[in-house]
Amino acid sequence: MNAIPLTAWIEGIGFLAPGLPDWPTARAVLRGETAYDAAPAVLPAPSILPAAERRRASRVVKLTLAIGLEAAAEAAADVSQLAAVFANSGADGHNCHALCEQLASADRQISPTRFHNSVHNAAAGYWGIATKSMAPCQVICGYDASFGAGLLDALGQVVVDQQPTLLIAYDSEYPEPLHSKRNTPDCGGVALLLTPTQTARSQAQITVSPSTAAADRLADSELEALRTSIPALRALPLLQKLVRGEFGPVCLDYLPPMQLAVELQPC
Amino acid sequence: MTPLLLSSYTATTCLGCGLDATLASLRQGRSGLAPCAFETVDLATWIGEVAGVDDQQLPDSLRRYDCRNNRLAQLGLEADGFAEHVRQAIARYGKTRVGIFLGTSTAGILQTELAYRRRDPVSGALPDDFIYRCTHNSFSVAEFTRDYFGLEGPAIAVSTACSSSAKVFAAAARQLALGSIDAAIVGGVDSLCLTTLYGFASLQLTSPLPCRPYDVARDGISVGEGAAFALLERTPASLPAGALLLLGSGETSDAYHMSSPHPEGLGARLAMQAALRSAKLNPAEIDYINLHGTATPANDAAEGKAVAALFGDRVACSSTKGATGHTLGAAGAVEAVICALALGHDLLPGSPQTENLDPAFALDYLLRSRDGRVRHALSNSFGFGGSNCSLIFGVAA
Repeated sequence: MNAIPLTAWIEGIGFLAPGLPDWPTARAVLRGETAYDAAPAVLPAPSILPAAERRRASRVVKLTLAIGLEAAAEAAADVSQLAAVFANSGADGHNCHALCEQLASADRQISPTRFHNSVHNAAAGYWGIATKSMAPCQVICGYDASFGAGLLDALGQVVVDQQPTLLIAYDSEYPEPLHSKRNTPDCGGVALLLTPTQTARSQAQITVSPSTAAADRLADSELEALRTSIPALRALPLLQKLVRGEFGPVCLDYLPPMQLAVELQPC
Repeated sequence: MTPLLLSSYTATTCLGCGLDATLASLRQGRSGLAPCAFETVDLATWIGEVAGVDDQQLPDSLRRYDCRNNRLAQLGLEADGFAEHVRQAIARYGKTRVGIFLGTSTAGILQTELAYRRRDPVSGALPDDFIYRCTHNSFSVAEFTRDYFGLEGPAIAVSTACSSSAKVFAAAARQLALGSIDAAIVGGVDSLCLTTLYGFASLQLTSPLPCRPYDVARDGISVGEGAAFALLERTPASLPAGALLLLGSGETSDAYHMSSPHPEGLGARLAMQAALRSAKLNPAEIDYINLHGTATPANDAAEGKAVAALFGDRVACSSTKGATGHTLGAAGAVEAVICALALGHDLLPGSPQTENLDPAFALDYLLRSRDGRVRHALSNSFGFGGSNCSLIFGVAA
């Protein structure tokens, strides 16, 4: 157990997944009000970027800007002041494939833009440029455990540093031949704006502690498939309980044998 | 922040394996850089290659992790008895109470680069023996380390390019403050690969000569590789004299450009200020600054302005990348260990390769190593994407 509880309030949520283009749509599906309709992930053009950058923006940049800005907007937070934690299981898979293909060819003169876009923190870098935020920005990889790893670090910043922190957990797909080695099917992600104190906008309180219990699953088989195939969406059981007002314990997959028990409380 | 104890630490770079080789090289002003003869790379540049990496054999049960990056990780973990200190900490605290926080920029991507040369000529498939999860993925070095020690607690890889293994100290400090863990293996491992060598060359950021940080004629980096680790614990009630401490950390973002620093070093300055606040120290209380000092014209110009703005020319400073090369995602941890050596041995490390300090800098820049009292040392690490981290270390009186 922790000496200091890992407690925060959720003030804003952003969401994007295959068939679930935004948080309002996902909320209605998780509540059971509308049926899940499978479809490829739709990534909106990021209006926050200048036109030239917007056209060049990669899938992970569009994904992270969409969910990060959605969560911040719901909380009416000033993105230029927000600390951020990016958690993802892999970087830009398409860019990585193009680099590896070129480096295996006779002409190894790769493009400088491809190189700087290859860093794991590329999306975080564009987030900083787009939002003009000079606040701390963390970028974590935990493979399948990336959501839990990001949540633990974000809670550290909320509780220890007493600052609102935007967790942006997201994943994207690799093209072949890497896809056969890492078969993340599509883009998906969840953003949570976590705050150290309760405000009028707080939606719920979470307290996280280690556990070895089995993770909660989703009854709907298509939603459960999203949970297991896109690491960021390991958060889905928490989001479902939140939107249904089912307060109490919920267990999320983390890093076997360590799981995360989340105590979800109303405000 | 509450000070934390570095109960054990170690570094392996082109200067050698472990603290003795590193300290001796720093004292002598020796550089480990050599003309690039890595793999099939055909570039006119110098690199800091670690000797003997490919002689490392991973344990049979961990063969799935076999790649240059994890071989280097093992080489580094076994230096200076670090692994034994980790095992003692696990015995003290339990296998769920020791966390892992490792920085890397490219992990074992070399394995993927090599696999792409062996694609099936008909299907294009990658070879069966290529295991993405345990080699290429950024988490692979953290997962390898977790399995190497049989740990069952939290583990993360931080990947913010060249600030990665500085930021792990801040992340681990938060979890220690919360009581989520009782000890943390922090560090960085990055190994040579084609992506970074050809990538930095594509940006015209590699020097054809050994890199010359803060030199008037500096013209780019020398890519290096390294593995450096520290075991962080909460401080005991009575600290032995000479104990090494993490005193503060500061993290900021440039919000400026993907591969160029803010020209005035604004993000860098804010990171140093945040680290000073975190350590509750004034600029005048810093005795040595290990600069990021990559030897690119833009980095050193921006960082030099930021350091001069905060510290003037009153604080001895140097970049040690002329000795080690730029170990990228391992640089933060490598240079944290160099700060620990400076503090533990009252050594002010010089700057091998640098000959003519750029007169634009009004800094107390150390060309040659010398003895001098070091009570507090600050280390800067900055990365692509505008990621900045400054750390402050101290020594118990």
